[in-house]
Amino acid sequence: MSILADMQISLVVLCSGLGLILIGLWGILTQRNIIRMIVGFSLLDTGIHMVMVSIGYVTGGTAPIINDAVPMAEAASRIVDPVPSALVLTAIVIGLGVTAVMLSFAVRMYRERKTLMIDEFTESRW
Amino acid sequence: MIKRIVIFLVLAMLAIIFLNLAANYSEKTSLSPLGHYYAEQGPAELGAANLVTAVVVTYRGLDTLGEVTVLFISAAGVGLLLRRTRRKEDDEDLEKGDRAEETAGTHKPASEIVETATQLLLPMVILFGIYVFLNGHLSPGGGFQGGAIIASGTMFLLLALPESHISRLMIAMTESLSGFSYVVIGVLGVLLAGGFLDNRIMGLGTYGNLFSAGAIPLIYVFVGLKVGFELSAVLDRFRKEDTGPL
Repeated sequence: MSILADMQISLVVLCSGLGLILIGLWGILTQRNIIRMIVGFSLLDTGIHMVMVSIGYVTGGTAPIINDAVPMAEAASRIVDPVPSALVLTAIVIGLGVTAVMLSFAVRMYRERKTLMIDEFTESRW
Repeated sequence: MIKRIVIFLVLAMLAIIFLNLAANYSEKTSLSPLGHYYAEQGPAELGAANLVTAVVVTYRGLDTLGEVTVLFISAAGVGLLLRRTRRKEDDEDLEKGDRAEETAGTHKPASEIVETATQLLLPMVILFGIYVFLNGHLSPGGGFQGGAIIASGTMFLLLALPESHISRLMIAMTESLSGFSYVVIGVLGVLLAGGFLDNRIMGLGTYGNLFSAGAIPLIYVFVGLKVGFELSAVLDRFRKEDTGPL
């Protein structure tokens, strides 16, 4: 327990994010089922978000929202960096859009061939 | 086999890079200069309590416009890809069998409990979505989050009552109008205030109130409506039975 307690919280998030990136890439590269590849992409996406959020963390910082708990005068010394959070917000939405398009490709492919395995689509092979 | 080795090598090298990254990582103890500027100047300049909102909507407003555009394009792409095109004559039988197979699962209507719960909860889900995007400048949340909640309400409706009809015309109109209004507010910022998407075209109001932070709540209302309806349209497209154009 003491090791966990001593660990910096953002390092935990960073390592999990990097791990998720690796798992996601592995999924994209090795899986033959298109749904699994999309799941891999989502994992990769989430991993990148976690890495970005962890980089914006400041020791002991709190959410960048100014209210009774964080007065305006102390804001600069008590909040985490708002810029990575804003970037992640953008990235999540873009990731969602990309996932939606990929899933509709999967639906379309299934309609054409009745299978989700990409090995069946030999004509688009390189 | 060679492919597997290559994949393994790529992942192993990435893992080494990541290990170095993690090993040399040390937590920041103070904000970056840009973050510091936003924290110092943001509240006074824009009047938004939520600094992330200030960054997303105003400081990096153009990025958000691009983000909304990307979402719009992806929604349009989904619509294009999932459109059921009229097939040739010889495919008709296959098509028919396909449809029968697809609709077979939806014959059984939802139970009374599910139906009543949907009618009771759906307005609340949508109301919560509206609350989230109206308070985007004060609390965690904003247009995208509120829009996602509204879309989850649509998802709820489609799961509980798969037969329900969603007007595509209404969705398209609301979406286009809110997107248009968003850009109009941005241009008004150029004409009346400091630049594109400047929120100071309206008074900043009392700090921390619902009606404060200039045009940020207004922008978030439009973004929330646009995102909510766009995602609803995407979900509707993924339904088994396409109900045709509009």
